[in-house]
Amino acid sequence: MRPTLRFLTDELAERIIAEARDLLCGLGLGIHSKRALGLLGDHGARVDAAGRHAWFTSDLIDRALDAAPPSFELFDAFGNQTHDLGGDRVHFTPASSAIYYLDPDTGRMRRPTTADYVRYAKVVSRLPDIAAQSTAFIPADVPTEVQDSYRLFLGLFHCAKPIITGAFSAAGFALMQDLLMIVRGSPDALAEKPFAIFSCAPTTPLTWSETTSENLLDCAVAGIPVEIPTMPLAGFTSPVTVAGTLALHAAETMSGVILAQLAAPGAKVLYGGSPAPFDIRYETTPMGAAETWLMDAGLNEIGKRLNLPTQAYMALSDAKALDAQAGLETGMGAVVAVLSGINSISGPGMLDFENCQSVEKLVVDHEIVGLALRLARGIIPREDFPVRPRIEELLSEKHLLISEHSLKHLAAEHHFPGPILERANQSRWLEEGASTLPQRARDQADALVASWQPPGFESEVFAGLIERMTAACRAHGQDELPELDN
Amino acid sequence: MELLEQIADQLEKGQAATVAQLTTEAISAEIPAAEILNGGLIAGMDLVGEKFRKHEVFLPHVLLAAKAMHAGMELIKPLLMRDGVRRVGKAVLGTVRGDQHDIGKNLVGIMLEGAGFEVLDLGTDVAPERFVEAALAGGATVIGMSALLTTTMPVMREVIELINERELRGRLRTVIGGAPVTEDYAREIGADAYAFDGVSAVDRIRDLVAGGPGLLGGP
Repeated sequence: MRPTLRFLTDELAERIIAEARDLLCGLGLGIHSKRALGLLGDHGARVDAAGRHAWFTSDLIDRALDAAPPSFELFDAFGNQTHDLGGDRVHFTPASSAIYYLDPDTGRMRRPTTADYVRYAKVVSRLPDIAAQSTAFIPADVPTEVQDSYRLFLGLFHCAKPIITGAFSAAGFALMQDLLMIVRGSPDALAEKPFAIFSCAPTTPLTWSETTSENLLDCAVAGIPVEIPTMPLAGFTSPVTVAGTLALHAAETMSGVILAQLAAPGAKVLYGGSPAPFDIRYETTPMGAAETWLMDAGLNEIGKRLNLPTQAYMALSDAKALDAQAGLETGMGAVVAVLSGINSISGPGMLDFENCQSVEKLVVDHEIVGLALRLARGIIPREDFPVRPRIEELLSEKHLLISEHSLKHLAAEHHFPGPILERANQSRWLEEGASTLPQRARDQADALVASWQPPGFESEVFAGLIERMTAACRAHGQDELPELDN
Repeated sequence: MELLEQIADQLEKGQAATVAQLTTEAISAEIPAAEILNGGLIAGMDLVGEKFRKHEVFLPHVLLAAKAMHAGMELIKPLLMRDGVRRVGKAVLGTVRGDQHDIGKNLVGIMLEGAGFEVLDLGTDVAPERFVEAALAGGATVIGMSALLTTTMPVMREVIELINERELRGRLRTVIGGAPVTEDYAREIGADAYAFDGVSAVDRIRDLVAGGPGLLGGP
């Protein structure tokens, strides 16, 4: 039995969905894309083009939701399947788009550089329980206009895992699509075996900006999967209650699912979220709050009830350093996410309200992820019964350390964390240098970087990526790419 | 690969049947038993111990290797006795008086045997006099004591005091271990060595048997 957490009764979930539909039909949404408004009008929505507003209909909602796939697969750069997003299957990815990087030498946050990103991409490529990479932070040493694409370029160049990303502009999307195509070969091949998911989120309350709605439609048409990480802030931009926030969140996220289906029926979409309570003491948006976990778990249940695969920003922390707060918030979020069955969990590595990525934290979080995934595998009898022969063996041999049963099932039954989590007794720990967790994380990150191997692309792929990215940088006044140290 | 290297290799892999077969071949090839012991069996255990220390293999691998060692030892034991070859060493082990916990002590025993030692396991709830008398009667040079309870740890001191009273210090050397035991405690009570797990116990006892200084700076 897979252990599963549930927070909503059937009645409450249905009520939240009904309230969301009422918002979509009764209040409608601000939609700043003419193309999106046109699509909605074509499918029966009432549209105020001048006011850039649309009111959905019940029939339109039903038809669009029916068209959305309940699950889809993701592939690495070589076309090997890595993800099956649906059911209660869970996959982790580092949280995306931090503007700061935690400097491992100073322990302070600073603007990231290419070298930081390369280090990150190399490390994430070597973490088996982190199924996808993400464009986790924004290197500041290229022109602003290409920073979204540059993250993707660096990720593709150094790591073959599928990538969770997003464009900052319509032009950025076109460039990013080009980069993906260089790796995959053709638009059809990219659609057939997608290896990127783009984040496209509405603006709470009830608004789609032109850029994000255009990105959403472009992705749908191109067959590129989308996640919709809607970000209501309970008590500020959404009702103070979890239930009320879930209703607004559902309306906004459903609207994205619907728009994608109108653009391309069957478009692959993750019903996502990055909700948080608004901390009225500090004017911040805590991702490590209990209410955040409740909202994330709740939105997952709503998404599953709508027969959609899901995503949420969980397993991350608001701490400013690799400290106990970082561990406890990340750990609790990861457990709730995994036991809820959220299909794509975006979080590892992130600190400070999604503002700061840390490679060392990512390495620690990988251990947390491993423990959480083990928890989700639950309790499974493995040739255990009748148990008496085994106990007789124990009584006779005095231990079961090398019993056939132990040797056969040890690897499946016991999860052994890597070198980050200290499990030696105190004396051994002292003898081996009495290292602290941040030291071990640093050492492990260095070791992973040292053991990194470049993706096994043909040389033309690397050359094509460099050529396209260099051209984009030149168009914005930077003649050469920063040193990749490759 | 030479025969002795093959024995070491197969022992490291925990292949008891193959180790036995190769040991038989080595005996047939008239390789001296002492060479089979040192160049094959113990060399293989050393490889496993080294990998264990580096976290490359874990306890079951060590125990499987120990089992393979045992399979080889059974075959050469009569030859070692015939040739007058001394075993690596002989140790008395036991959990101290008042304490019934023996998991750690048993692990040390298995690993010591695997490393080629002769082990006299006195079991649990062992009185100080019994440790000393068993060591003298059995010709052991090392006494290994285990305790899981803080309340039974002082018995370790009693054993060492008894050794001192009977002027056996140097002839009988002591190593202690167990969850509440620390190296500082070992120094405090005058033990020769402290071991924090099975593999470290083998290392410490090996050092003591070889005349190493131990915690107190000499036998």
